[in-house]
This record gives sequence, structure tokens and C-alpha cells, in this order.
Amino acid sequence: MAARTAKEDLVRGIWRENPVFVQLLGLCPALAVTNTVANGLAMGLATGFVAISSSIFISALRKVIPHGVRISTYVLIVGTFVTVVDLFMQATVPRVSQALGAFVYLIVVNCMILSRHEMFASKSPVWRSVLDAAGTSAGFLLALLLMGGIRELFSSGSLLGVDLLGPRFQPWLVMALPPGGFFTIAFILLGMNAWHRRREPRRVRKLMHDPVGSGAMS
Amino acid sequence: MNIDLVWIFISAMVVNNFTLFYFLGLCPFMGVSGRVATALRMGAADTFVLLITALVTWVLDTFVLPHAPYLTLISFIVTIASVVQIVEMAIKKYSPRLFHELGQFLPLITTNCAILYLAIFQTNRGYGFLEGLSFALGAGAGLTLALVLMASIREQVDLSRIPDVAEGSALIFLIAGFLSLAFMGFAGLLSAGS
Repeated sequence: MAARTAKEDLVRGIWRENPVFVQLLGLCPALAVTNTVANGLAMGLATGFVAISSSIFISALRKVIPHGVRISTYVLIVGTFVTVVDLFMQATVPRVSQALGAFVYLIVVNCMILSRHEMFASKSPVWRSVLDAAGTSAGFLLALLLMGGIRELFSSGSLLGVDLLGPRFQPWLVMALPPGGFFTIAFILLGMNAWHRRREPRRVRKLMHDPVGSGAMS
Repeated sequence: MNIDLVWIFISAMVVNNFTLFYFLGLCPFMGVSGRVATALRMGAADTFVLLITALVTWVLDTFVLPHAPYLTLISFIVTIASVVQIVEMAIKKYSPRLFHELGQFLPLITTNCAILYLAIFQTNRGYGFLEGLSFALGAGAGLTLALVLMASIREQVDLSRIPDVAEGSALIFLIAGFLSLAFMGFAGLLSAGS
């Protein structure tokens, strides 16, 4: 995997190996805080900051960290940065911090971040790990924005608080509630399945049997 | 007092079900919900770890965190992970059979967001010792319920013909959506009780 070009490191996480829609990692925040675009944006940025800064540390320390306790070390490093983000958000944007609630803390167990550390940052030089983390975070942000956009548009007829569908729109309340999260991702995945199937019938069948490619789900 | 404990249990189990209401523990929910027997074991292991977590959280909340609130997150992960590891080793030594039933899931569960969420929730709501235990039991029962429901449905789905595009995770999410919709019916229960 590390043999690919640097540009590939950055780009592949955004769509082709999108953490949420293709690898099915980091699902909890992707469903839980995407009832509005703004929440999704805040969560995506916070996760991105944690992913990139912890990747720098882990990549820089990759020859020092003992193999046997590497996961605990990763979790400690990630936990430190999550604390930083949490305190920062409480101080600067208390309203967003309140809306996200405990899900800011839960960044620490986001399997997307840990899977990037385990599969990439622990084996690659710092600058490429940064590219990799940035690409994956961008894919994560994209997924959150897409989910948040669909859910906010249907649940309140607006995007980022701007009314789009007019006064005659009847709010589809369930989209803002938990079932809406499940339905939104289900329909996005259905759409992607259908699209892939039309384009490349054979490749899809392979992907279906092993969507993660490595079974690295935790 | 005792009524409160019952309501905390019911609320955590069905009204605010961890998986279907808070989207916690989705990875195992997708991963091990293929068979009812496995789902039951996973649920039992989950409940077990949740109970330990409630105990650890109570100890930290009472004795450590009042002095160092900024350590909340880090102390939770480190202590929960190590306590689960120790318990796992103890079970392996003293009851190999139980280890066989639960053991393989335990390390996975430590990184399950439901565990950390329970600890944070318990702290934020200021639950005491018994309330924490009741909350953990309810949360565990809720996770088990969701897993077993999903596994029972998936065992049926395996025998049916489904459209090509719905294969794989899309269908699981769709089923989860309907389960979650059904669980919203329990929402009235809580306001009626309090």
C-alpha cells in the first residue's frame, strides 16, 4: 500500500476508499451527529484535526513504539488530541460543543482513525502519513456533509439554516430522528451499489464479498 | 429510589437503546449479527464489560476525577482497557469454558464506543453506584436485544431472495432503520413514567 505515489495517498481516501461509504468505518459519528449540516461539519473538522495531528506523532514515533503495546499507545495519543479539541471547542464554540455532546469524546474510539494509524502511519514517513490522514479525513467530512445535507434538507426544508424548499414544504420529521440516519445511509449505499453494478459488474461482486479489503473493522 | 433504578434500566434498554437510538456499537452490530447464537454471546460479553465499566467509572468519579477533571477521557480509556484485559486473563485461567464463550469478543468490545459512552454518560448525569449498575445492565440488555433482533431477521433474510442492489450492508442498514423506527414507539413510556 505504501508503494503508491504521494498523490494517491491523498486522493484515495476521499471517494474510492471513502471511510464511511466504502470501508464502513466511523459509522457511529457518521449517523449520530448528522441531523444537520453544521453538526456534521463540526464533527468532520474535529475528527480531521485529531486524525492528522495524531498521525504526525505516531508516524514520527513509529520506530520507538513497542509493537506489543502499539494500540494502547495510539489510543493514548489520540485521546490527548481529543481532549485538546474538546477543551478548544468548549472555549470557542460552546453551542456546537453542546450539540455534539459526548460524541466529541467518542472520536477517540473512531475506528477510522485507528485503522489509518495501524495500516499506514505506523509504517510510513511523516509527510505521507499527513497526506493519508488528510485524504481520509476529507472523505469522512464529505460523507458527513452529504448525510447531514440530506437529513437537514428533508427534516426541515433548509440547509445550514437557510430555507430552501419554501413554506409549503411539510417537514419530514423522521429524517432528523435516529431512524432517518439509518435510512439515509441505506439509500446512499443502495445508490452506490446500483451505480457500481451498472458500470463494472465484475469488480463490484468482488467488493461485495470483502468490502473492507482487509477485515480491519473494530 | 428503587423506582428510579427500574426506570433507568428500562430507559437504557428500550427507550434510549444504545444501538438503535444513539448509534453506539454499530461495528459489532454490523459484524456479528449474522447468527442468533453469536449475537447472544456478544450481547453477554457486552453486558459484562459494561458492568465492569460502570464499576471502574464509579471509582474514578468518586476518588480521582474531582481532582483532575481534564483527565476524564484518558483515565477512562486507559483504566477500562486494562481492567478488561485483566478480567479476560482471569477468566481464561479460572473458567476456560466461559472464556471460549466470551473471550474472543472481549478485546473488540474495549474499543466499542458504547463502553466509553456509558462511562461519560454516567459521569455527566452524576449517577451513583447502584444507578450506574442499573444503567449498565439496561444498556447491556438493550444492546443484546438489538443484536438478537437483527440476527433473527438476518437469518430469515439469508433464506430469501433479495434484489441484487440490496446485497450486503445496504440491506442491514435498512433493517436497522425499521427496527429503530419501531423502538421509537417506546418513547412514550418514559414520559408516562416520570
